[in-house]
Order: sequence, then C-alpha cells, then structure tokens
Amino acid sequence: MTTLEASVKQAPRPLARIRDWWANPWGKPRFLVLFTLLYLAWSIVPILIAIRFSFNEGRSRSTAQGWSLRWYLDDPDLSVRHDPDLRAALFQSLQLAAIAVLVTVPLGVALAIGLTRWRGRVAGSARAISLLTLVTPEIVMGTAFLLVFTHLLRFIELGTVAQAIGHITFSLVFVLIILRGRLLSIGPEYEEAARDLGASGLQAIRLALLPMLVPAIVASGIVVFAISMDDFVISQFLSSGTTTDTVPVRIYGTGRTAPTPALNALATLTLILTIAIALVGFLLWRVVRATRGQSGSTVAEFATLDAESVR
Amino acid sequence: MPEPKRRRVGSGNAFWAGLALPGVAWLCLFFLLPFYVILCVALGTVDPIFQTPAPEWNPLAWNTAAFEFVFESLFTSGAAFQTVFLRTFLYVAIATALSLLIAYPVAYLVARHGGRWKSLLLLGLIAPFFISYLMRMLAWINLLQDDGWVNDVLIWVGILDAPRNWLDGRASSVIIGLIYGYVPFMILPLYAFLDRIDRSLLEAARDLGASPMQAFRLVTLPLSMPAILAGIVIIALPMFGDYYTPDLLASSPNTSMIGNQIYLYIRGGQQIPVGAALVVVLMLFLAVLMGYYLVSTARAQRRLGG
Repeated sequence: MTTLEASVKQAPRPLARIRDWWANPWGKPRFLVLFTLLYLAWSIVPILIAIRFSFNEGRSRSTAQGWSLRWYLDDPDLSVRHDPDLRAALFQSLQLAAIAVLVTVPLGVALAIGLTRWRGRVAGSARAISLLTLVTPEIVMGTAFLLVFTHLLRFIELGTVAQAIGHITFSLVFVLIILRGRLLSIGPEYEEAARDLGASGLQAIRLALLPMLVPAIVASGIVVFAISMDDFVISQFLSSGTTTDTVPVRIYGTGRTAPTPALNALATLTLILTIAIALVGFLLWRVVRATRGQSGSTVAEFATLDAESVR
Repeated sequence: MPEPKRRRVGSGNAFWAGLALPGVAWLCLFFLLPFYVILCVALGTVDPIFQTPAPEWNPLAWNTAAFEFVFESLFTSGAAFQTVFLRTFLYVAIATALSLLIAYPVAYLVARHGGRWKSLLLLGLIAPFFISYLMRMLAWINLLQDDGWVNDVLIWVGILDAPRNWLDGRASSVIIGLIYGYVPFMILPLYAFLDRIDRSLLEAARDLGASPMQAFRLVTLPLSMPAILAGIVIIALPMFGDYYTPDLLASSPNTSMIGNQIYLYIRGGQQIPVGAALVVVLMLFLAVLMGYYLVSTARAQRRLGG
C-alpha cells in the first residue's frame, strides 16, 4: 500500500517513479519481473491478434477491417459454418479427442494400478516401454503407425480408426504418469485393509482405491483431451483424406497456400472448445478434490501435475 | 485351510499383472510391433513394378541397400543428408540454448518470487498447452506476412525501409518459430523443480555470507542441473523430428530439416525404405538423449520410493 500512496504523490514525476521502482532493493528482482512479463506478452499476444483477425470484416489477416462474424457464420462459401472441409475438421478433432479420452483413461488407470502394485521385472520393463512412447519423436511414431497399418495390420484402414489408435497409444503414458504419482502417495495400505476385511481384489480397487483416485482420473482426462486436440503429426500421417483431416492438419494444409480468416476462425473455435472443456474438467477436479479433503493452491498443484506429465 | 496371508500375496501379484495386461498388450501391439515393421521395411526391398515397399519379415534375409544409400549420403561431405543433418543439429542447438535462456529466468521468477500472483502467472505458463501448436504457428504466419504487423512495426521504428519477406526460407524465422513453439514445454518442468528446492539451503548460504548472486550460482544453479538437462532433452527430442515448423515458416529446401526429408520419403511414396532407414538412423542418433531421460526418470522415481 505504501508504494501505491507514494506513487500517487509522485504522479507528476513518472520517470523518477520508474527509477525508484527499478532501484528498490527490497522488492522482487525487477529485471526478472520485466523479463517474465515480456515473455508472457510474446507468448500470448500473437494468439490474441490471430483471434482478432478471425472476426475481421474483410479478407485480410493483417489489416484490421472492422468486426464481423463473416468467417464463422455468414460467408456463404468460406465460413466455418458453410465450408464442408472446415466443418469436417472440427468434427474430426472432437471425435478423436472424445474416443481418446473414453478409451485411454480406463486403459491407463488399469495399467497404472497394475504396474504400480505389481512387483517384478516385467512390470519394470513395461513401465520403461511406456516411458519410451513419451520420448519418441512423433514423426518416428507416425512412420511406425503408417507402415504397420499399410503393410501388416491391413484390416485397420487409414482414417478415424487408425488415428484413434495412434492417439490412444501416445496419450496412454500421460494417464500412467499422473495416476502413478497419486498411487505412490496413497500407498497400498487401504486396499490391503479392504482385503483383510474380506473384499475381493476388484472390490478392494472399486471401493477403496478408485474413490481416492477420482481427482487424478479427472485430471488425466483433461490432459488426454488437450494433447489429442493438439496432435498434428499422428493425425496427418494416418489421415485418409480431407474427410479425416483434423483442425491442425487443416491449418497445415492451407496455412500457407490459401488462407482466409476462416482458418483463424476455425483455430479460434478449437481453442475455445479446448479451453471450455478443460475448464469444466478443472472445476470438476477442484470439486472432487475438495470433497476428498485435499487442499492447497489448486492452480499451482494442477500446473505441477501438468509439468509432471511432461517430465 | 491354507494360510490366508501367503495366498493373498501370491495371487495378488498375478491379479495386478492381470490388471496391467490390456495396457501392456496394447503397447506391444501398437508400439513395439510397429518398430519391428519399420526395420522390416527399411531392410526390405521395393516391388519393381509398383514401386511399393516389400517388407522383409525374416531377419536372415534382410537387405541393407536403403541403409547403404543413407549412410553414403550421410558421410559424403556436401551430400544431401549430411547437409540436412548438420543443419538440423545447428537449428536445434541454437533453439534449445535460446529456449533455456528464456525458460530459466521465467521459471525462476514464478517459482521463487511469484507471491500472490503465482496462480495467475502459472495460468499464463500453462495457456500454450491448451493452444494447438499449429495455431500458434498460424499466428506467426499472420504476423510475418509481407503486410503483417512485424514488418509494420519494424518499418515504423525505422529498422527496415521496405517490407521484408520473412517466410521465404529464412533460418531465423524457423529458429524463432521453434523457440516460440517449444519453450513452454521447458518452462513448466523447470518451474516444478525450482519450486521444490529447499529454501533453508539458500538461507544457510546467505547466513554464511553469500551474496544473492553467489547463493544462486553456488546453490540454486547446481541443484537445478538435473532439471536443466531434462528440459533440454524434453524440447530437443521433438525438435529433431519437427517438419511442420520449417514447412509453415519457410517452406524452402534451404531450411529443410531431417523431419522434412523423412516426410518426403515416407509420404511422397517414392523409396519408402529410404525414409524408414532415415527414421532408424534418427532413432539411433537420439538414443543417447532418450537413454539419459529414461535413466534420470528411473533414478528420480527410485528417490520417490516407486
């Protein structure tokens, strides 16, 4: 508060105020603050500009020409609503993300519980293999999938099914990492107690373990959804044509050759949908986490969770 | 009646293995098996009429023609693959080094001095994770166009006299694009690590007479070395396989990276075995980085008691 009052008093001398603020040895490191703010601006402003041009009245993506919903709704041929390719891309992205969440989360939860409690060399190798999927460059995985579906598992045709298999495979490890962290901190005591009280193995998991895992399961669902929406390489390698192109594939295909603000509109819609679903997931996660009696800064914990899943 | 405790432990292990089985089977079928197929295609032949690859499933009959082609181009100075490999290495090295210079201070500030703004700052750091990489590149295509805002600003400031075409194959555009695309993936793990450093160690250093800079140089920096290495590996690995950033921000053979070559051979349809051999060579080249990552993760997990 004192700095605020001081700044109000010194209002006529802005330069001196900035100098004092900069030289204050008791505050935060000023240079780092400035650097971080500049980084955040550099990171976010280009996106905001791209979103602004999706609302452009004219065709330009660099000159502001009024505001309109032309590229979302009104343009009879080129808007997201009327261009079948753009609409198909949005649908395909959402479809793949939904399949990925619905299959990967149960598969990953079972894998995480099994691999965490199962002691043995095989469990160790299985864990190493799943971590390997995390560090394998996507182009390597894309090539591997493309070749396996065109030369060996030929009954799986390129297109939605192949893309879904790809998305499930690379997102499995994220569920594993998030769930494993929680499982290690819970420890085996609860399900052992349940077993001692007469529960079967599955009952012990369902009644003792799963309720404690709900926040982690919700969090892993958000992460899987976000990385599936973000994926470009696997979706492109396994696409069978424009009907199975996702939004990122569409952006790649027309970003340099025939771009209109409709592409910005498509990207903006995808962004809004991703953030909306992530937000719903995040709120759900906060509620279940609160009802389970965990506390602390939720955003900070969620960020750490996200970082863990990257690491 | 059998002794209940022993039976529970014994059957328990099989029970856990059964739970893990679907996931493990999935990984074997859709991750390990495809790698074997890459090998079989790279070491197979090409159908003489249709030019489609004919994978060789039997390791005893493997044919090394594609690898010979790749290695010859790789080890002849000035040949195509060597130029591309060296260029990729250079781009990734510069982009990773600059990313670290950006990521460390930002992660440090948020972890150490975030204060009551921490949640908001973290939100800003997580935001790129929810924005498609391709959309972030699209944003830069918009800005870097001939009549884009970058040119407008540079001309207004007086650095440029006339608009410059930033998207016609400039290494600088590609490297900036790579940094912009990957730096968030480095900041978050660095943040998570720096946030966990025990502050009493720093207080001890200050009590023993170290200046803030010395405390940073002698305590924080050495402690954060594993996180720095992990951050480097996390962004360098995907960069080595990137083909879309140079395609979107340069689309010129002058800036083509290994990923572009692989894409050309695999998706172009001609000489798919050469593309598969390139993938294998890339994997072998990256094995050191990947191995480091796996070992350090295993070590960290053991520390956590996993």
